Amino acid sequence: MQAIYRTVAAMLLAAAGASAALAEAPKQGGSIVITYKDDISTLDPAVGYDWQNWSIIKSIFDGLMDYKPGTTELTPDLAEKYEIADDGLTYIFTLRDGLKFHNGRAVTSADVKYSLERMIDPATQSPGAGYFGGIEGFADFQSGSAKEVTGIQAPDDKTVVIKLTAPNAAFLHIMALNFGYVVAKEAVEEFGADFGHHPVGTGAFKFVEWNLGQNVTLERFADYHIKGVPYLDRITFEIGQEPTVNLLRLQRGEVDILGDGIPPAQFVQITNDPANKDLYVVGDQLHTGYVALNVKVAPFDNLKVRQAVNMAINKDRIVQLINGRGKPANQVLPPAMPGYDPGFAGYAFDPAKAKALLAEAGFPDGFATELYTTNTDPQPRIAQAIQQDLAAIGIKADIKALAQAEVIAAGGTEGQAPMVWSGGLAWIADFPDPSNFYSVILGCSGAVPGGWNWSWYCNPDLDSRAAAADAMTDPAKAADRAKAWSDIYAGVMADAPWVPIMNETRYTMHSARVGGDPVLFVEPIHIPVNYDYIYATDAQ
Amino acid sequence: MTRYLSRRFLASILTLLGVTVIAFALAYLIPADPVRMIAGRNASPATVELIRTELGLDRPVIEQYVRYVGRLAQGDLGRSYAQKIRISELVAARIPATLYLMAGAIFFQLLIGIPAGVLAATRRGRPSDRWIMMFSFAGVSAPQFVVGLLLIYVFAYLLGWFPMNGFGGGSLWNLVLPALTLGISGGGYYARMMRSSMVEVLRQDYIRTARAKGLAPAKVVLTHALRNALLPIVAMIGLDIGYFMSGAVVVETVFGWPGIGQLAWQGIQRLDYPVIMGVTLVAAVAILIGNLLADLVTPLIDPRIRLR
Repeated sequence: MQAIYRTVAAMLLAAAGASAALAEAPKQGGSIVITYKDDISTLDPAVGYDWQNWSIIKSIFDGLMDYKPGTTELTPDLAEKYEIADDGLTYIFTLRDGLKFHNGRAVTSADVKYSLERMIDPATQSPGAGYFGGIEGFADFQSGSAKEVTGIQAPDDKTVVIKLTAPNAAFLHIMALNFGYVVAKEAVEEFGADFGHHPVGTGAFKFVEWNLGQNVTLERFADYHIKGVPYLDRITFEIGQEPTVNLLRLQRGEVDILGDGIPPAQFVQITNDPANKDLYVVGDQLHTGYVALNVKVAPFDNLKVRQAVNMAINKDRIVQLINGRGKPANQVLPPAMPGYDPGFAGYAFDPAKAKALLAEAGFPDGFATELYTTNTDPQPRIAQAIQQDLAAIGIKADIKALAQAEVIAAGGTEGQAPMVWSGGLAWIADFPDPSNFYSVILGCSGAVPGGWNWSWYCNPDLDSRAAAADAMTDPAKAADRAKAWSDIYAGVMADAPWVPIMNETRYTMHSARVGGDPVLFVEPIHIPVNYDYIYATDAQ
Repeated sequence: MTRYLSRRFLASILTLLGVTVIAFALAYLIPADPVRMIAGRNASPATVELIRTELGLDRPVIEQYVRYVGRLAQGDLGRSYAQKIRISELVAARIPATLYLMAGAIFFQLLIGIPAGVLAATRRGRPSDRWIMMFSFAGVSAPQFVVGLLLIYVFAYLLGWFPMNGFGGGSLWNLVLPALTLGISGGGYYARMMRSSMVEVLRQDYIRTARAKGLAPAKVVLTHALRNALLPIVAMIGLDIGYFMSGAVVVETVFGWPGIGQLAWQGIQRLDYPVIMGVTLVAAVAILIGNLLADLVTPLIDPRIRLR
């Protein structure tokens, strides 16, 4: 069975096709065990923002919008339907009938308003609140000068009306983000700041128990609003476990899914063994790893220098270095993202031309600089490969390998980090919309002290074109909008503030007793696994 | 005795205060901003500042420190930035497993270290001495990561005698392999310490006397020499209590053991200052208690030593 899906289109085709896993009807019942190395930090949807709790939160909570399983196609979720007013600013959501929280209480539109306001309230410390800044009344509520967000209204039990200050074509994606998921007010009030360890939502699974540092257990929610799912009765997440040991446990049938993926040291051995070919799945992520070139630090203020660096790095070799778990990148967007331009040529690997460009820029003998990277494997090795490639054209880059938070701080300090390799910090898109790769990491708004635009690149012309593209809210113009974004990113690459290095692929290994469409194990939305639709083949 | 204890208690409080100053200063000096990590990539500068105020991190560092110590005096260790729950809860959840592993590890260290050290000392210079010392050296030098994985592979994966990993709700079977891993490396230290201490004691006059009056060699070694030779071992157990309470990070990781070391390691990776501070304090308290216990036990073993 073909297990590699290069694009979302290919994923959809494969899902629709007669794949072996789908030929067997999903069974109701049974339980599975998933292992993770690190503690789950929190299951509060307003707060959780790492790839480990992201998918678990998606199974416990729901938002107004969601995606069709295994795809990046939006669909109403708690909302039965929505309308967008002609001004493109007002969204009217109508809730489904019979929605229930895990505690049995009916869900009303007031719960939606409460959940959104709770997330926006700075006391909640939500890392996602910024996405909702376009809602009318956001700033007044955050600063405490208003008691409610005026742009969120619940005129009756089933209607939620949200008003924006400017049109935003990505707004429905934002309403599908975990941060805005609906929480049970009484549980938040009961547990206060501990709500993340006692989550009550409306999702396919309800929370049962959390033994700190050991395990988290979820159980099927019988009143889930989508009939027939989830298939599993129970999921246990075992935490604090060494991936190498878990691989042995999986082979002995004690574990069903390796949450952290295949351990790098065993990767070649596992993937080369034909016995494993149905047990691991490969999928694209909405991820681009890049080197940020700081346009405010000499000599990277010189376009020719940035272009030369773009031509000097051998991306194929870097992909080899990580056992081929990625594809070389030549542009900002990853292939699975709308707006990705398959015809874009980018800067081809050409050290001779790079050296010539450097000479033209006034650096025939190269120069000395610094390359920042996080200090966990394989990032320093990748930085060394980049260092060697740069040395070949005369650039002597010192590697600064630091802890994640320190690299982020250095990148966000004006004039400090000349080059930052984004590995281990990289941008995995929060939602499948091309705008998600722009404002914060390439736009002017991110090029501020403490920001995430480590290139400090600010092109006002592209910023205004980005705003115009985001104002194209008419779904009929989606293709035009994707084209507009392609052009914006082509404009970025002409200025070369980034060296796009690669798009990582995800490998998930599971036991033979877990069934489901392969794409569910490498979901671009439910990173890594969509727990709602997988099943136990040995369920009775 | 009461005077001794109250003096030690006072000294401990001062030491802990010193620890809080150093830990606080180190956390403050790290060139990274926890508020940025909490606020996320999409936060506006206004939101970042609101969260900074919320956490009290906009105050002068001295004021932050005073507030921290004030809360500490009331037993409040604060809340984790990443997990949002009380540090006391996080630490308390991990203490049982930590103590359990500590007991198991010290048991294996003594079980391996004392007989090996005694045997080597009484056979000083002979081939068996050299073999024992070689093995103890190997035990000390072998990376715990490798030893642990090897034990798992052989005794859990191939033979299936023990569970592969995890706490198992405190089952003795789950404890054996991680405790043995620690026992193998710690046992090597204990053997070397025991050997040199024993060699020293065996040179003493009272041992010569005991031998001269015709006592059986085994009796001389086990009843007369062993007791006094154990003193450095007792001090070492005291140190070990502190060491294990700050977490056997590697072994906890390999065996998925929910001890305090895992918590510390994750706190450091996430720049979760309250967690780092909390674990540091718990470790400092444990080291103080461990040393105090060792000092209290010493006169019971050797009546020549008195506490003043």
